[in-house]
Amino acid sequence: MLPVLHLLARRLGISLIVLVGVSMLIFGIARVIPGDPARIALGPNATVEQVTNLREELHLNDSIVVQYGYFLADLLKGELGISLYTNRPVTTDIAQFLPATLELVIFAGILMVGIGLPLGIASARYRGRWPDHVIRLVSLLGVSAPSFVWAVILMLLFAFYLPIFPIAGRIADTYEITRVTGFLLIDTLLAGNFSAFGDALRHIILPAFALAVSGIGQAARLTRANMVETYDKPYIEMAHAFGFSARRIANKFAFKPSMIPSLTIIGLDFAAMLGNAFLVEAVFAWPGLSRYGVAVILRKDLNAIIGTVLIISATFLIVNLIVDLMIALLNPRIRYSQRGST
Amino acid sequence: MKRMIIILLRNPLSLLGVILVSLVVLSAIFADFIAPFPDHRGAVVDFVHFNQGPTSRNYMGTDLVGRDLFSRIIYAFRISLILGVVVLAIATPVGTFVGLFAGYLGGKVEFILMRLTDVFLSIPPLVLAIAMMGVLEPTLMNAMLAVTVMWWPWYARLVYNIARSEREEGYVLAAEVIGASNIHIALREILPNCLPAIITKMTLDMGFVIIIASSLSFLGLGVQPPTPDLGSMVAEGARYLPDSWWLTVFPGLAILIAVFGFNLIGDALREILGADQ
Repeated sequence: MLPVLHLLARRLGISLIVLVGVSMLIFGIARVIPGDPARIALGPNATVEQVTNLREELHLNDSIVVQYGYFLADLLKGELGISLYTNRPVTTDIAQFLPATLELVIFAGILMVGIGLPLGIASARYRGRWPDHVIRLVSLLGVSAPSFVWAVILMLLFAFYLPIFPIAGRIADTYEITRVTGFLLIDTLLAGNFSAFGDALRHIILPAFALAVSGIGQAARLTRANMVETYDKPYIEMAHAFGFSARRIANKFAFKPSMIPSLTIIGLDFAAMLGNAFLVEAVFAWPGLSRYGVAVILRKDLNAIIGTVLIISATFLIVNLIVDLMIALLNPRIRYSQRGST
Repeated sequence: MKRMIIILLRNPLSLLGVILVSLVVLSAIFADFIAPFPDHRGAVVDFVHFNQGPTSRNYMGTDLVGRDLFSRIIYAFRISLILGVVVLAIATPVGTFVGLFAGYLGGKVEFILMRLTDVFLSIPPLVLAIAMMGVLEPTLMNAMLAVTVMWWPWYARLVYNIARSEREEGYVLAAEVIGASNIHIALREILPNCLPAIITKMTLDMGFVIIIASSLSFLGLGVQPPTPDLGSMVAEGARYLPDSWWLTVFPGLAILIAVFGFNLIGDALREILGADQ
């Protein structure tokens, strides 16, 4: 177990360096914006004196390095400044909106793995026959359109033409759920309100599926490619010779080694979904962080932009850390040696 | 090269890809001759024919101010393709050189360049582009800039991985022994071995760039109206679902067709060139 802990410490260190880099990058982008942040914050009616005072307060007269220092000091205290859009601390806003987005992305991630992997396994097992062709074509179509196109098409088909699912939102207004985790699917269960849980579930299916479509396609394609490669290995032939059933070989001997390269990409796909949530939330009026992100970007609300991007990147780094650990646990060769800087 | 084209045209799927991409590219180039209403790419108003479904006059219907959707989609292909070509023409060489030198030279160069790459790679692609467009003016040029900035690290990572394994090969050692310079080894010895993977990735990426660019304009952060763009057309039409379905369905399908075509070709190239990462 010790080498895994060592690996974890090493990856955690690298992630922290990267996160500091991300904060510099985002801070830099936000500061090259044309115009005076103090002037933008106060609006056109503010007096010169007010602007001067706010510039002083925001340390805008100092060099960018000093400004970044102040920003970092605030960040370590857990402060990201006040959002000009909502007039509340950015951290409060993020705490309110992040769970909805995470719930959506995690649900979509489950769909991606739960549908994509079995499709890939089936495709490899029936390689060159018709199920393989169908699955390959469908999964290629899946990765060939942005998630907002899938969102619109799914909405048209399953919310308007066949009114199975609701059109927008997270839950019907009639339910009042006390907020514990912010994840409605969990909060409704904690409240013991099963009809509310059902309603929340009905609301999440379409947006999550729209978000997952390209990930499902990607996962299926990748799993197939890796499994096809594994199928050519001698130990699979030996398993055949020993008389194991085709299903057992597919699910046990060929699947596990093929998973290792797939996992890295699945981590990246999860990241892509954090970004694509911006698109799906816009279509389904999902009250999440992405909708907040677009709103603050359109208003050039710098504190909120920096905060949103930082929190999304941190989430992404955590996911990658988990993925790396899973790979280490799956693969004995990595478990007992150091994984390179990739 | 000739052999590759023959293989591409023999396989029914890659043939389909070649046909789709040719259709998209040719209609974008000859848009002025194909589009039934070439002036509808701009700010034209025709209230006699506004918001109508597909007819024999307007094959894909008309938008809210009466412009022909078919014509606008053809001109939108032009924007998407220009954007894709420009982004890849800048991002590919930049990423390739970063990855090549980091992978071959190793040491401090490797550490600095690859950590820098990691920083870019740890912001989800679309989020970085969105954040950049948030502080920039939404124009075609800036959209290209934002997408390019998020794109080069992927090439850096790809080439880095290949270069790192190639550096241990005998031919590199041989070149080092006869005293070839680092630049010679990186560019003339290692780079040619990265090309199949780079070319395959570029074909597949053409589709991805179209997806990302249309996503930006879907959020109102890309090309601005009245310039026709597939993403902003879907965004505008989505407000009029389900009644005016053609406003969203046709631009959406247009994206799907273009990207699907590039992906089919890219997939076939990957098999022919054997360039898996």
